[in-house]
Amino acid sequence: MRDVAVIGVGCTTFGEKWESSFRDLFVEAGAIALEDAQLSGEKIDAMYVGNMSAGRFIDQEHIGALIADYAGMATRHIPSTRVEAACASGGLAFRQAVIAVASGMEDIVVAAGVEKMTDVEPGASTDTLTGAADREWEGFVGATFPGLYAMIATDYMHRYPLTREQLAQVAVKNHYNGARNPIAQYQQEITLDTVLRSTMVAEPLRLFDCSPITDGAAAVIVAPLDRAREFTDTPIKVLASAQASDTIALHDRRDISTLDATVAAGKRAFKIARLSHKDIDMVEVHDCFTIAEICAIEDLGFCRKGEAGKFTADGETALGGKIPVNTSGGLKACGHPVGATGIKQVCEIVQQLRNDAGKRQIDGAKIGMTHNVGGTGATVAVHILGRV
Amino acid sequence: MSVARFWRKIPQRYNLIGTKCETCGRHFFPPRTFCPDCRRNGKIVDHKFAGKGTVVTYTIIHAANEQFEALTPYVLAIIQLDEGPRMTTQIVCRPDEVKIGMRVKSVFRRIATDGESGIIHYGTKFMPVE
Ligand SMILES: [Zn+2]
Repeated sequence: MRDVAVIGVGCTTFGEKWESSFRDLFVEAGAIALEDAQLSGEKIDAMYVGNMSAGRFIDQEHIGALIADYAGMATRHIPSTRVEAACASGGLAFRQAVIAVASGMEDIVVAAGVEKMTDVEPGASTDTLTGAADREWEGFVGATFPGLYAMIATDYMHRYPLTREQLAQVAVKNHYNGARNPIAQYQQEITLDTVLRSTMVAEPLRLFDCSPITDGAAAVIVAPLDRAREFTDTPIKVLASAQASDTIALHDRRDISTLDATVAAGKRAFKIARLSHKDIDMVEVHDCFTIAEICAIEDLGFCRKGEAGKFTADGETALGGKIPVNTSGGLKACGHPVGATGIKQVCEIVQQLRNDAGKRQIDGAKIGMTHNVGGTGATVAVHILGRV
Repeated sequence: MSVARFWRKIPQRYNLIGTKCETCGRHFFPPRTFCPDCRRNGKIVDHKFAGKGTVVTYTIIHAANEQFEALTPYVLAIIQLDEGPRMTTQIVCRPDEVKIGMRVKSVFRRIATDGESGIIHYGTKFMPVE
């Protein structure tokens, strides 16, 4: 297997982008990534595109071909493949691109993610997202996506010392970071009160515990490490790519409050990279809900089970803390265009490692991690990236 | 949900018919046709569940998907059936009544009304055991 490097990254701004179509979004992200790699489109050998549900969000399937076409690749006939794993679609698209380059099958590969969620009514987007869980035995009996994570929160708070205020601190911290990220959907800081007084969605989770509905796209370009310096002075090496799965329904899990797929993917990634959690300078975790970030930092090993609430309240996950979590603002504040999120996480870590992260820069960042979850934990992708 | 998709699962949804692996004795609800433990050596047969269980975790849904909006706020829970498997279900009780560890029994109820077709879906919910 060959070593693989990220040589270019690009993200659109995230938000309710009524003026941009699905096509506009991925073309914009791809152009930024190509510009970043100082690469022209003719060099690209293949594309992988993470997208959860264009079929339901914009009535369009066959996304691989569509993207290659509008990226100007139709006459070159390059292979272009859509990858779907609900909210982990982007993380899996990145992994497919890494595998293609590592295997020697392809050299210069684009991994992109895109979701256009606001062309349908909010009720329809909520229902579409429920398809990430078990439609037959969760959705059909009245489960919503926030409702499933709320049941994780209820179980967690019954067994471990986590206060409602500590949970809210996750959102406060992520909004603080988002206010320092130019692409973030929410640019304003919030207080604990903002979270605790927001509308109840599914007890104990309120509106500000939930990531928003977002339009956006992100793209990264990967290449063999030994060719990376043809394109950039700051290649970022992919130190590990790991993926794991678990039961589709939350009720079938071994432990409601532990995402075993996160544990498995995290362990595999650390083993591949021959690193431990102590080596990670910052991590982008999948905070689709505040409770998801609490579980993620424990399941990845950054603190012990049951201690993430105090760890968060003590500021250990904030920008100056022991392990800064979600410097981008996370899904909560940066926004969550589901298929794009896993790619955006890679973009954020690459920017940090290149010392390009502006007001949210972690000093001396050398190694970073991404953690992307599909559904309530049925798919997890973990990547470790490092400076070379 | 299409008529066929609902009709296909009527025995399971109305009468809590799941499955059981005769090789290892493990019960499955929602039903599975393949035992993850015994794999090809598993022998799967239908099994009617007694409809008694215990609340494992729960939430009160305030913002529902369209077909369930009229029910809000409603109690959604994961319960453990006495035979072993866990399932997601609504609990027919007041939001302040539900507790982890609460004993529940199955009841036949209307689950949702499909807005487009007007079809009423029935199925199993659970209620507190007195
Ligand atoms: Zn068996």
